[in-house]
Amino acid sequence: MLKFAKNYMESISGIEIYPIISLLIFFTFFMGLFWWVATTKKEYIEEVSNLPLDN
Amino acid sequence: MEMQQFYYDNKIVKKFIYATIFWGLIGMTVGLMLAFMFLYPNYTSGISWLSFGRLRPLHTNAVIFAFVGNAIFAGVYYSLQRLLKARMASDFLSNLNFWGWQLIIVAAAITLPLGYTSSKEYAELEWPIDIAIALIWVAFGANMIWTILKRRQRHIYVAIWFYIATFVTVAVLHIFNSLALPVSFLKSYSAYAGVQDALVQWWYGHNAVAFFLTTPFLGLMYYFVPKAANRPVYSYRLSIVHFWSLIFIYIWAGPHHLLYTALPDWAQNLGVAFSVMLIAPSWGGMINGLLTLRGAWDKVRVDPVLKFMVVAITGYGMATFEGPMLSLKNVNAIAHFTDWIIAHVHVGALAWNGFLTFGMLYWMVPRLFKTKLYSIALANVHFWIGTLGILLYALPMYVAGFVQASMWKQFNPDGTLTYGNFLETVHEIIPMYWMRAIGGTLFIIGAFIMLYNIIKTVKSGSEVEDELAEATALTPVPSHRTKGEGWHTWIERKPVRFTIYTTIAILIGGLVQIIPVILVKSNIPTISSVKPYTPLELEGRDIYIKEGCVGCHSQMIRPFRSEVARYGDYSKAGEFVYDRAFLWGSKRTGPDLHRLGGKYSDSWHFNHMYDPQSTSSGSIMPRYQWLIKNKLDKSSIESKMKTLATLGVPYTDNDIANAQASMDAQGKKIQGNLYNDPNFVKSYEADKKFAKDNGEEFVEMKDREIVALIAYLQRLGTDIKVKDTQALLK
Repeated sequence: MLKFAKNYMESISGIEIYPIISLLIFFTFFMGLFWWVATTKKEYIEEVSNLPLDN
Repeated sequence: MEMQQFYYDNKIVKKFIYATIFWGLIGMTVGLMLAFMFLYPNYTSGISWLSFGRLRPLHTNAVIFAFVGNAIFAGVYYSLQRLLKARMASDFLSNLNFWGWQLIIVAAAITLPLGYTSSKEYAELEWPIDIAIALIWVAFGANMIWTILKRRQRHIYVAIWFYIATFVTVAVLHIFNSLALPVSFLKSYSAYAGVQDALVQWWYGHNAVAFFLTTPFLGLMYYFVPKAANRPVYSYRLSIVHFWSLIFIYIWAGPHHLLYTALPDWAQNLGVAFSVMLIAPSWGGMINGLLTLRGAWDKVRVDPVLKFMVVAITGYGMATFEGPMLSLKNVNAIAHFTDWIIAHVHVGALAWNGFLTFGMLYWMVPRLFKTKLYSIALANVHFWIGTLGILLYALPMYVAGFVQASMWKQFNPDGTLTYGNFLETVHEIIPMYWMRAIGGTLFIIGAFIMLYNIIKTVKSGSEVEDELAEATALTPVPSHRTKGEGWHTWIERKPVRFTIYTTIAILIGGLVQIIPVILVKSNIPTISSVKPYTPLELEGRDIYIKEGCVGCHSQMIRPFRSEVARYGDYSKAGEFVYDRAFLWGSKRTGPDLHRLGGKYSDSWHFNHMYDPQSTSSGSIMPRYQWLIKNKLDKSSIESKMKTLATLGVPYTDNDIANAQASMDAQGKKIQGNLYNDPNFVKSYEADKKFAKDNGEEFVEMKDREIVALIAYLQRLGTDIKVKDTQALLK
């Protein structure tokens, strides 16, 4: 099966850009995540963290 | 706002609890049987389905998928309904999940001892069972997501995120690792070969630990620890960071199982880097769990539930500190293939999974049966005997690992190996194996005490009923982000989108590592002298797989002076291109076999399989006498070769047409070699005469399983047994 799919990646031009794009996506995602976590309102956090206790 | 009344499905939780205890005791008992086989290798001698190689996958599968699996379902079905204020969306799917899963376990418990195995660790089950697993798993996931969509609680608590990640990732891992082409109903060949198979397998294997033994249990921790301590989680903010960083990083760490192997270096290093990073989210989660008990430590003194949970989280912390350390190449060079790894996984399994499950059961059972735990004192006994069991299990295995690895690597001043005989390094650690068996016994005694305690609790309680609850329905909210709503809060209330983002996060790591190894040719340099197995060798290899030889013997010589001196030239990626599945192994209870071919005579192998202690005094390998008696089933060789040809192995039509003749010729040659041993001639001729005198059918030696196995063993690693391998690389 795999013999049909072998060696394709070598022929893709400009393949080096993909790792850079993935890095940027994840860097942005985690920066956004930290920003959101740091700025979330305390009341919301308290409400959500009490969910297990209210049943 | 109208209050809606509904019932939580408690009966399904009860079923999963019973299944957890039942399979847990079986899985642990099989483990104990295996521990005693290190001390009395022949106590099940002659019973093929009770031999070590076949029982080992049964133990690992029973503990992971039956014990821990049922515990996950019990905890998820209990907590999910309550966190969402909704009954499970479909009772049919809940029950399909339960009965389907139990049937799969029964199928595993029958097929594994009979030798039907793919030999890929924790993915041993053959293809029809794999398909059943995929279907039942999807039923579980569909039911969960459907319930989330029908919820009466807007916010989706962090525990549920972990459940979603578990569902998605296990589905992806299971499907891709199990890709295989069937030969017959219970035999298939992996879609991947050699190095590629190894990489996919350990991407799966590592993430089975991550997404079956860790993320669901972290979800359960985030629900049950606050419940038991009666206070919210220490930091909800931390739990959010914990979740995303853990699922993103975990998926990359698989190659740390293949350090110093023939896997390309870049993939090894990527695995190491992410494994080291993994300590941050892991410890973030551990600290979050432990600090949830801040101000409640007095409760830990009196409440066995919290005691179990504290040790569980501590065990998680120790195992996840050790994991990144073991991923460092210099530490891995010592620990890999030794009992250190056995210690590591058992800290995870016994403490983290085992104790969190016990804590959860002691918490849920009295509540479901509306009564009190029968005996707190017995639960405390269970706790202490279990903790002692973990220590007595793990500590000797660490010592055993260090001792054996040091002995493997010890050189004399003249440059020869100090312990050239592998058995010397085995004898040295037998006392450790004894202590391990005792530790395991204690742990199981504890589990039986729990069984008694829970039976008594159930008997004193009332029938489990579906519990009435009330909540208001959710008011519709626009699907786009509302004013002032944070983007994460928005994703959180969009479960399907949330699931998709989770899938993307876990896919990227896998794709970046696996696709290049499969698609970029230069990663696996081919070696012109490496040829496909002959039909008889192929049958022998399938016997090797069937008997689970890979459980104790590696086929991967790492490029260390100590290994090259002991076993021969180190293993090259190009040597494994026809290996479906790969058989590198992960533990050396016995020596590596990659360069075994030509090392001993055919007669030696014959006698060794008949009685290992006769050729290797003090060996702890069990006897494989049925291989010498059993007739080799040659009927499917053509379909096997055709399947492999479809997968890319260069068997010609001519090869396939001549398979029977080729097997016969190679078998005759080995049979001839066996005649060099006068003892063999004496007993073999006597058998032949006996059969003739009594009119019984006599199977010639060349047609028996042992001959195929010898053919395979003599082939191992011989393709490049030459000094100058560089010249062969093209």
